[in-house]
Amino acid sequence: MTDLAATGALPKPKRDLLPVLLPVIVALAMLPLIGSGSSWVTLTVASLAMGMMIFIMASGLTLVFGLMDVLNFGHGAFISVGAYVGTLVLLPLASWVQADSLWMNLAVLAPAALLAMAVSGALGLVVERVLILPVYGQHLKQILMTTGGLIVAEQALYALWGPQIIPLPLPTSLRGSFIFGDVAIAKYRLLAMLVGLIVFAGIQLVLNRTKIGLLIRAGVENREMVEALGYRIRRLFLGVFMVGSGLAGLGGVMWALYREQVHASMGNDLTVLVFIVVIIGGLGSIGGCFIGALLVAMVANYGGFLVPKLALVSNILLMVAILMWRPRGLYAVTSR
Amino acid sequence: MMILSGDPPRSRALSVLLVVIIVALAVTPLIFPGAKAMNVATKICIFAALVASYDLLLGYTGSVSFAHTMFYGIGSYSVAIALYAMGPSWAAVATGIVVGLPLAMLLALAIGLFSLRVEAIFFAMITLAVASAFLVLASQLSWLTGGEDGRSFQLPELLRPGTVLISTLGFEFNGRVLAYYIVFIASAAMILALLRVVNSPFGRVLQAIRENRFRAEALGFRTVFHLTYANCIAALVAAGAGILNALWLRYAGPDTSLSFSIMLDILLMVVIGGMGTIYGAIIGATIFILAQNYLQALMGIASNAAADAGLPLLPGLLHPDRWLLWLGLLFIASVYFFPTGVVGRLRGAARKP
Repeated sequence: MTDLAATGALPKPKRDLLPVLLPVIVALAMLPLIGSGSSWVTLTVASLAMGMMIFIMASGLTLVFGLMDVLNFGHGAFISVGAYVGTLVLLPLASWVQADSLWMNLAVLAPAALLAMAVSGALGLVVERVLILPVYGQHLKQILMTTGGLIVAEQALYALWGPQIIPLPLPTSLRGSFIFGDVAIAKYRLLAMLVGLIVFAGIQLVLNRTKIGLLIRAGVENREMVEALGYRIRRLFLGVFMVGSGLAGLGGVMWALYREQVHASMGNDLTVLVFIVVIIGGLGSIGGCFIGALLVAMVANYGGFLVPKLALVSNILLMVAILMWRPRGLYAVTSR
Repeated sequence: MMILSGDPPRSRALSVLLVVIIVALAVTPLIFPGAKAMNVATKICIFAALVASYDLLLGYTGSVSFAHTMFYGIGSYSVAIALYAMGPSWAAVATGIVVGLPLAMLLALAIGLFSLRVEAIFFAMITLAVASAFLVLASQLSWLTGGEDGRSFQLPELLRPGTVLISTLGFEFNGRVLAYYIVFIASAAMILALLRVVNSPFGRVLQAIRENRFRAEALGFRTVFHLTYANCIAALVAAGAGILNALWLRYAGPDTSLSFSIMLDILLMVVIGGMGTIYGAIIGATIFILAQNYLQALMGIASNAAADAGLPLLPGLLHPDRWLLWLGLLFIASVYFFPTGVVGRLRGAARKP
């Protein structure tokens, strides 16, 4: 009996810190290569901001895959839809956007972001019920159905808004940069970083501190067992899918403001980036997704500064390097 | 029977349809010598071969690749660059082929070994990433590829429209017609070769992997080897189709040979025609390209009528540029309701008494 009696604490799960340190190592390693400290700070802030935005878009995709083994190739559609819905608020209220008051600017940005999230989330509900529900467990059909959904969504956006690029100026008080000595930090990038951190912290809190989060994590690890315990994992999955779609919509608005334009093809372009991030991070892992997004953004920014030609394929090189090191991504959470 | 590798259409309606399509394609230059009809017919031939090679991947191994246009583009660009750099000679055409085909195959080998090891879903995502990087490379390395403008070039003397080979009964057998028949015969040869591949023991193993990879592996087949091999064959045929495409257009550029929309077109054609049948490629390509070229005109009329009637929203939805919207809906419906496509439907109808 003594063997079975629990003495002392359970052994702690082994912490795998190397991937967490990777972005820090990359950033520090680039410092001597870039030379000037002020450019390094600017580039680092730029990559952190870009990484946070990509993370917001990618987080839903990785959870959806991890939880239900569903790979949504139409994820980019939610990004575009979010951006277009954002213009519905931002363009009619242009006078508020142009007003030189931070509060007025935020008063119009917040509803735009919330509406974008709501509409993308609702669209996620429709997509899940109509496109994904009939083809659960069939990868090939899932890929085909969601790709079809992407085509239809993109064309519908063209039909509703027209094929032209819609310019979307940044609010007045978010333009320009803070200047510290010879270091310039764009204001909007700080806001993007802040929102990204809030989203990341929120997801981590929900996943690690609530019962729903516990069920989601358990479902990612072993779906059948959670079902056997009597939880309706389909409903849980639907919720995750809607939240993921909503976050993609939020990311879409933020990206559109970052680029100061909206176009239906942006979802397509970002899908590739989002996939790379999800693969690098390990399918289903939020932490891995966060690190992957930062790494992709860092490689894009530092690479673009140091060797502009290399920046075109830098993402692929990064992905190849990571997969050589860890074939299933930084954190392999699923057993699949 | 030999030439079809013992895999006949297995449906009377399908056989009739195929014969009609093939005969129509064979006689197009004699009956409709206009530039538009010839272009449509050539595109059908080239895409039938391209889509058939994609069917080898999607329909027979069950792996979704988004890099198929990359191989198509490699074929196009290698011929275009060779002819552009070396001038209009047959040596340049040969150089393009000798460089392009192995290049496509090596790249397919690398991607296959790298990503087919893990899981089908990885393959889809990694091919998408690699293909988009290739597209960016092709449009940025303008000293080699001509950037967004692509590369236009001159064909060897024999294939130019000005070269009249035979002229009888008011019909001119010129270089353009010869080029058309080269495309026609080469595409037919590639499709027949693919039919041979899928009906060989190797093709049976591919289908076994599609049905149950784990079981196929347990039976002692090295699935990674088979999948990579299939990927290489598909890439070779795609590059071959790309070469034909460049030779016909006398041009290679990102929009005609590499863009993501061509990839979606190929997907639509495979699924509408019928996955895992090879014949579906011919049917799918024919339906799709005819729709692309002639349905748009119809939609234009409908759109104008709706606009005249003052209906809201409809003119935008029926605008000729939005034809992909309707094909996308058709695509989803066909994945859901008849995943075996037109060919599967016709065969299913034949089986019932």
